[in-house]
Amino acid sequence: MAERETKPDPKGKSLPASDDGPGAAGWIAKSDFQSFLDRLVALGYRTIGPTLIQGAIGYDEIRQVDDLPKGWTEHQSAGSYRLVRRDDDAWFGFNLGPHSWKRYLFPPQQTVAKAIKRDDGWQLDDVEDAEPPFAFLGVRACELAAILVQDRVFLNEHHSDPIYRRRRENALLIAVNCTQAAETCFCTSMGTGPRCVVAFDLALTETELGFTVEIGSPRGASVLAGLPIREAAPAECAEAASARQQAEDQISKRLDTTDIRELLLGNLDHPQWDDVAERCLSCTNCTMVCPTCFCHSVEEVSDLDGGQVDRVRQWDSCFNARFSYMNGGLVRGDVRSRYRQWLTHKLAGWIDQFDTSGCVGCGRCITWCPVGIDLTAEVAAIREVPK
Amino acid sequence: MTPSANPVAVAANPWLARPATIESITREFTDVSTYHLRFADPEIDSAYRFRAGQFNMLYVPGVGEVAIGVSTGGPGRPTEDGPPTWDHTVRLAGQVTAALDRLGIGGSLGVRGPYGEPWPLDSCAGDEILLVAGGTGLASLRAAVYELLAHRDRFPRVRLLYGARTADGLLYTSEYDAWTAAGMEIDTTVDRGSPGWQGHVGVVTQLLTRLRPWDPERTSLWCCGPEVMMRFAVRAALARGLPKERVWVSMERNMQCAVGLCGHCQFGPEMICKSGPVYRFDRIERYLNVEGL
Repeated sequence: MAERETKPDPKGKSLPASDDGPGAAGWIAKSDFQSFLDRLVALGYRTIGPTLIQGAIGYDEIRQVDDLPKGWTEHQSAGSYRLVRRDDDAWFGFNLGPHSWKRYLFPPQQTVAKAIKRDDGWQLDDVEDAEPPFAFLGVRACELAAILVQDRVFLNEHHSDPIYRRRRENALLIAVNCTQAAETCFCTSMGTGPRCVVAFDLALTETELGFTVEIGSPRGASVLAGLPIREAAPAECAEAASARQQAEDQISKRLDTTDIRELLLGNLDHPQWDDVAERCLSCTNCTMVCPTCFCHSVEEVSDLDGGQVDRVRQWDSCFNARFSYMNGGLVRGDVRSRYRQWLTHKLAGWIDQFDTSGCVGCGRCITWCPVGIDLTAEVAAIREVPK
Repeated sequence: MTPSANPVAVAANPWLARPATIESITREFTDVSTYHLRFADPEIDSAYRFRAGQFNMLYVPGVGEVAIGVSTGGPGRPTEDGPPTWDHTVRLAGQVTAALDRLGIGGSLGVRGPYGEPWPLDSCAGDEILLVAGGTGLASLRAAVYELLAHRDRFPRVRLLYGARTADGLLYTSEYDAWTAAGMEIDTTVDRGSPGWQGHVGVVTQLLTRLRPWDPERTSLWCCGPEVMMRFAVRAALARGLPKERVWVSMERNMQCAVGLCGHCQFGPEMICKSGPVYRFDRIERYLNVEGL
């Protein structure tokens, strides 16, 4: 089994494609998978993976294989998400829910500094993040790409976020390849999937009786030591390859990214922005489910006598009116300018800022938009009649 | 000014400020004050450096932070009179600036910085520098004024065109004599005259349009003020033959983290806290006329 290093890489350089052809992959039976979960606990990891939460498949702590959404899948389309029973017992027979791993690496709420009033003035303190290392189980290819995108945001050469850095460096990424695609998926357009080829410690592909296992890093290899893992048989590799191919074949949505930066920045007064503003509710859902959106604010949370202040970082959104507050007014006072900000940042400005698109093609923003706005359709409309 | 190679007031944690104290306050006019600050830690205070045009984040715990340009005059280095204070000219505009106003002399706050790209003192060496300021925009240029005047050998001509709404909205008037004596040509204007005002009435663009002598081959324009004023001023300069590559503007947006992480200060593809606030005009020209960007 080939080994690769997967330390956070601010440049997000592509690693060579993995290969689980005969002789290159391991195999673990589903009947042995609990021992793998137990191993993660024994190694001190807090394992986070997919599980049923409030009528959707979300991410939460996983201790038992029964915590996984066995036999469930989802039907996703613009503005719609429905849990559906599968006609088999697949454990990872779905694509993506509303959660992303960003919840754990860049939490929705996090105290980032403290201020304590002393007789001689304010004492300003750092905070320690005590979260144990995470093992992320079930990371999709687009989500690996999203983590690499956020690496560039939070671990860039100018500044790095200490909480993100610690959590990211400690996290064990156990990818699980998609074996199907949702109507909202367009990872092939963004070059991010569906196959997991970079940035994982381990990559699994589910078959009927078990998983093929590719090792992406020394850490991934060491986690497996002593577990009942054998070399995958040719038939098992073939079954896994065919399952992955099914995902690729099912992807129908496309986003034409040709010259997309110039297309969008050159059409800032396009009438399509007015059109989408008629539909957009500025609800922030797309930014909350997006695995790369990073905008945040810091709230001052004081105790009752104002003697101690927690500085609490919270996810913010460019769809919030106050986001663009300046000198007593709003820079982006209407929905048109806010939607334009989001889309042009995601697909254009990001390229200037981080040398990558901010979109990985996961389609969450399409599914979870209450009015079903599809960014690929908005871009296509601008492309159809550019200025 | 020495490059900020060692930003001692920037911690690894982007949200961690350094304690500082308000040593004195200059009441510029009703709603504008200059706070003269000093870091509580003498080591940080003596090691702190900035470049003209950069800004600090001023933090009032329990209220929040605000981005304010460092307007300390002089080189920002210790002088014979002792170390300089770190000056910030602030207009009362929101909760944080109101809280700053309430702190008073001796008040404790947090400061982190300096951040952002400075005025192009190095790349403009040898040029005639034309400063065009509107209202409190002069605050961002004050440090540059002192820097330019301290290096007249590198800047053969230094001129300031400065406009405010009314005569009592002109900043730093007590320093104009010294600036003039040091070789700067100053022309001021107000939108509305008032009893006793002997000077020009009208927008600053008019001063620019009729400025003599005018040598667009050797002039560099540095502009700071309200966005609409900068647009018109730059347009007037370009109309008189100044190349876009010799025009710099200082932009303002809602800067919060100051290190390009929080997203608030975006202007088109730019993060103003990081790639700005000072931009060469041609880099952002296409975005300046877009409403609501």
